[in-house]
Amino acid sequence: MIVVKNLHKSFGDVQAVKGVSFEARDGEITGLLGPNGAGKTTTLRMLYSLLPPDQGEIRIDGLDPTRDAMEIKRTLGVVPDSRGLYSRLTARENISYYGELHGMNKNAIRDRIENLTRTLDMGEFIDRRTEGFSQGQRVKVAIARAMVHEPQTVLMDEPSNGLDVMSTRALRHYIRSLRDEGHSVVLSTHIMQEVAALCDRIVIIAKGEVAADGTAAELLERAGCDSLEDAFVKLIGSEEGLLA
Amino acid sequence: MKGLTTVFKKEVRENIRDRRALFNSLLLGPLLFPLLFVGMMWFLESAEKERAEKTLELPVIGVQYAPSLIRFLEQQGAVIQPEPENPEEMVRSQEVPVVLRILPEFPEKWTEGLPAPVEVISDPSRQESNAPIRRVKALLYGYGQQIGSLRLQLRGVAPQLASPIMIKDVDLSTAKSRAILAVIFLPYVLMITAFTGATHLAMDTTAGEKERKSLEPLLINPVPRWQIMTGKMITTMVFAMASLALTLVSFRIVLPYMPVGAFGMDLTLGLGTLLKILLVISPVAILAAALLTLLASFAKSYREAQSYMGLVILIPMIPSLIFMANPIKAETWMMNIPLFSQNLLIGEIIRGESVTLAWYGLSVFSTLVIGLVLAAMAANLYNRPKLIFSSS
Repeated sequence: MIVVKNLHKSFGDVQAVKGVSFEARDGEITGLLGPNGAGKTTTLRMLYSLLPPDQGEIRIDGLDPTRDAMEIKRTLGVVPDSRGLYSRLTARENISYYGELHGMNKNAIRDRIENLTRTLDMGEFIDRRTEGFSQGQRVKVAIARAMVHEPQTVLMDEPSNGLDVMSTRALRHYIRSLRDEGHSVVLSTHIMQEVAALCDRIVIIAKGEVAADGTAAELLERAGCDSLEDAFVKLIGSEEGLLA
Repeated sequence: MKGLTTVFKKEVRENIRDRRALFNSLLLGPLLFPLLFVGMMWFLESAEKERAEKTLELPVIGVQYAPSLIRFLEQQGAVIQPEPENPEEMVRSQEVPVVLRILPEFPEKWTEGLPAPVEVISDPSRQESNAPIRRVKALLYGYGQQIGSLRLQLRGVAPQLASPIMIKDVDLSTAKSRAILAVIFLPYVLMITAFTGATHLAMDTTAGEKERKSLEPLLINPVPRWQIMTGKMITTMVFAMASLALTLVSFRIVLPYMPVGAFGMDLTLGLGTLLKILLVISPVAILAAALLTLLASFAKSYREAQSYMGLVILIPMIPSLIFMANPIKAETWMMNIPLFSQNLLIGEIIRGESVTLAWYGLSVFSTLVIGLVLAAMAANLYNRPKLIFSSS
């Protein structure tokens, strides 16, 4: 369960986030939808405690990232915008490195990787060095290493970026399964279809502010539109960034 | 501390699989420098020998003014060359190293018993002409002495009267202390090796990690950043140390093949000496790893980091260059200066001098302190979000 209240963050003169508030409940997929540069990544970075907010409050299962950074990192599974792997290590070694950093013991890591290999269908390449992996394979490894410690809350920044249709389908399937297990999932995206297909709740962010917030049906109703795309354009007040 | 060891183990494993890291840290220094050293020694020795043994070919102007001098020179093995048209130009263009000009007033002064003028035309700033110049001057001086003695004897004076002082050379330098070149070269090589051994790792674990976009996810793990950075720095130090140890071992292997005689060198690196040198130089590896990591952490990419490294590699050269230009005597206060003190100490060790423990202690301590301060700065660098996200 994530509660965000009135979050602000500036870089020099640029106000990246100005007053973002939302909630992300357990057993729900919350989508942060917004054009490029709307402040989604900055918001997520504050959630996973890599950036301190200038103002505002974050609670993840009651913990504050500015004060309980280590504790929060233990309960979070994060697939950030940067998802570089170590190309000279195998997929398994990449994942188990993160397991060890989380303080897991060898057996637990091995069992967990078995499990993840099955769910994410990585059997074919789990013991290959990640050099030359396809985008789809990379994202799977990045997700697996983020999930190795079985976090309750999952944050994903543009998870389907660069994936083909089949990989995207598999990813969505996996994200839904996380929700069904009771995890709280927050993902950011600028792709309408993704939100429509996946998210239980949608937080539309534009120019660092929350433009609207609710289920897909609620947003349609509020905007008085038939399609989510029209609703989105109407709610953020421009088409900027939509074609990206 | 578990995070630290995890990072360390992973970096070691990853970099052992990296051909570039292995080449830079474990092959380049240990292989290249000793070979360079031996090659240089061989080259110097053979060049020196060649110059010493070569017949002295001496163009002379005005042969007719001093036939007996010419005969003397020929007896001493010089081959008199015909008179060149433009001697100054010949010397300047390095066609010949030295030309002798006997001036027209030579016979007149000679018969009057006054100093008869000859000119030795040469360019002593050219290293390779030093040997022939020395030989020509020595021959002229010898001839002058001989004639001088004869003249005194003819006048009934004992020639010894003209030599009030007799100089005897008492050479106290041991064979070891004559190993000047090694004394300058080995510390220089080791100092550079400490840096080159650390360079690739320092860049790969920081700027490289940022460039590959694996830094941000790494820092989301519940491990304090200083532990992650320290784990990386320790890996870099270990590689730098391995590089140094291998370089020393390879010197040890290569030294017996050195042309010892020519330099009066007796340079054997026994195990004890090797360990002493390693002890002295180890803090430099720590200093280098910390400094290079600190700098590379600011870079956005491996390439950008590389451009800084080119400048940093000049730092370990400075003390050696100073010593080459101006050899100085080691004093206690100098042991407080990192790089400088190691240069002096290794020189002393090679020369076979006994070094007081205090000097070792000071050198190790002062270098470690600065190394650890830099390491502490580097360890906390990624607490600045700006540096984490500045990837291009």
